[in-house]
Amino acid sequence: MTRYMLLQDYAGPAGCKPMTEWDPADVKAHIDFQIALNQELAGTGELVDAQALAGPDLARFVIWDGQGAPVVTDGPFPESKELLAGYRTIDVASEARAIEIAARASAAPGPGGAPIQQAIEVRQVMGTPGE
Amino acid sequence: MTGLTTPAEDLLRELAPQVLGVLARRYGDFGAAEDAVQEALLAAATHWPQDGIPANPRGWLIQAAARALTDQYRSDTARRRRELAGAAREPAPAPVSGQDDTLVLLSLCCHPALTPASAVALTLRAVGGLTTAEIAGAFLVPEATMAQRISRAKQKIRESGLRFELPADEAGQATRMRSVLHVLYLIFNEGYAATAGPRLHRVELSAEAVRLARMVHRMRPGDGEVTGLLALMLLTDARRPARTGPGGELIPLDEQDRSRWDQALIAEGTALIEAAIAGRRVGEYQLQAAIAAEHDRAASVAETDWARIAALYGLLEKLTGNPMVTLNRAIAVAMARGPGDGPAAGLALLERLSGPLEGHYRLDAVRGHLRELGGDWATAAQHYQAAAGRATNLAEQQYLTMQAAKASARAAQAAARVSDGPPAGNG
Repeated sequence: MTRYMLLQDYAGPAGCKPMTEWDPADVKAHIDFQIALNQELAGTGELVDAQALAGPDLARFVIWDGQGAPVVTDGPFPESKELLAGYRTIDVASEARAIEIAARASAAPGPGGAPIQQAIEVRQVMGTPGE
Repeated sequence: MTGLTTPAEDLLRELAPQVLGVLARRYGDFGAAEDAVQEALLAAATHWPQDGIPANPRGWLIQAAARALTDQYRSDTARRRRELAGAAREPAPAPVSGQDDTLVLLSLCCHPALTPASAVALTLRAVGGLTTAEIAGAFLVPEATMAQRISRAKQKIRESGLRFELPADEAGQATRMRSVLHVLYLIFNEGYAATAGPRLHRVELSAEAVRLARMVHRMRPGDGEVTGLLALMLLTDARRPARTGPGGELIPLDEQDRSRWDQALIAEGTALIEAAIAGRRVGEYQLQAAIAAEHDRAASVAETDWARIAALYGLLEKLTGNPMVTLNRAIAVAMARGPGDGPAAGLALLERLSGPLEGHYRLDAVRGHLRELGGDWATAAQHYQAAAGRATNLAEQQYLTMQAAKASARAAQAAARVSDGPPAGNG
């Protein structure tokens, strides 16, 4: 088995409105889809972890040169669509299976129930430095 | 944290703090005693189910823990051996009841010198008798991380020279008691914030907090704030079955199916808070419990005594100065005044929060709610949107996103009605 992270940012296809402006029924369908997908992956024994992250408004960038006070930058960020929105860690038999699951996530229902076609970044997990 | 229901396990967890109290008192080394008791508990968990519960389970555990402690010291350096010899020469401590020891233990584990996260972990292990693995599972962190958090907490106790005793003065004791209640409150909330799915096992943290609060209440039945905290936990827990939907989504109070509330818990919590609040010095937990009791006794939102809730929030606000309390008071005031001028009255109260709470998602969430009550859908949508963008809890974020979407849809409908409808006025 190999671990992969499926990473998701805020960049939808061009013209896709923020979720707070969708039809309420579409919002519900989207959330239900994510829950169902997690339950399915837990059921197949492939889900390690799934986490949503708090929004870009709360994101901070920290840089330190090792002396003095670290530089902490907060938003709004011009490239906030590229920030991570959430991730799934899966433990699967093959890369093909990881891509299959990523494809499912990409086709999550968006406005009007149409597949949202969000790009899902698929990255193999290597391990924790020092362990 | 599963399978805690067999009599042997219940007994073990009841005895754990008493045994630790005896050892900590006898050897004066809390950190080592705590490790030794964990070892004894693990031994008992292995032997008792096979051999049966011993005739004197408390004595069995004390003996096993003392043996573990002696082994630990024996394998240590000569310096440690001298320390033990010194401790053994001290006069035998005056006999104290296990209950008193448990209180001393709690106040040590919840000491204000510890960070809240350390105090929570140490309390669950030393007083709750849970294993490190169980606590790690409940907080969704690796076991090694939790073990480290606990050992750092014990190190902090050692470095700060904290002794296994309560302060002699009443004010000092009251301060310690406040931190004990705060830690139990944190444990309860940690479990209560959990909803469904993989986080379901965290729910048992609430049960553990209730068990510990019951224990403290038995030891200090006359302490109004202890009673208040226990009542608050029961009255809050009573709504748990109705609080989330099948997908773990939050269901707000006004949409909950009240027939699913646990009436036994409500009856017990209400009786406790009514007895506590009559005539004694009122505190923060008693007021919160009294508010929870008002909600729990109402058959619907419309039948809720909002005026009384607003008054209770007013007292709580004076007592704590907590801006989060003002947020809740604003909603209660708006509900008490009714749909006419209620929303405006609530919004006026929020103005003073624009300093301390500006940018906090709950302030925007309440603004959205009050605008919604006033029928101003477009502004409500903006506030809900801002709140969703800053939410730090997934269930709340999803709820706020949904509220924003609903308010946007209502605003669009209202706009469409205006543009499609007959021209306004007589012109």
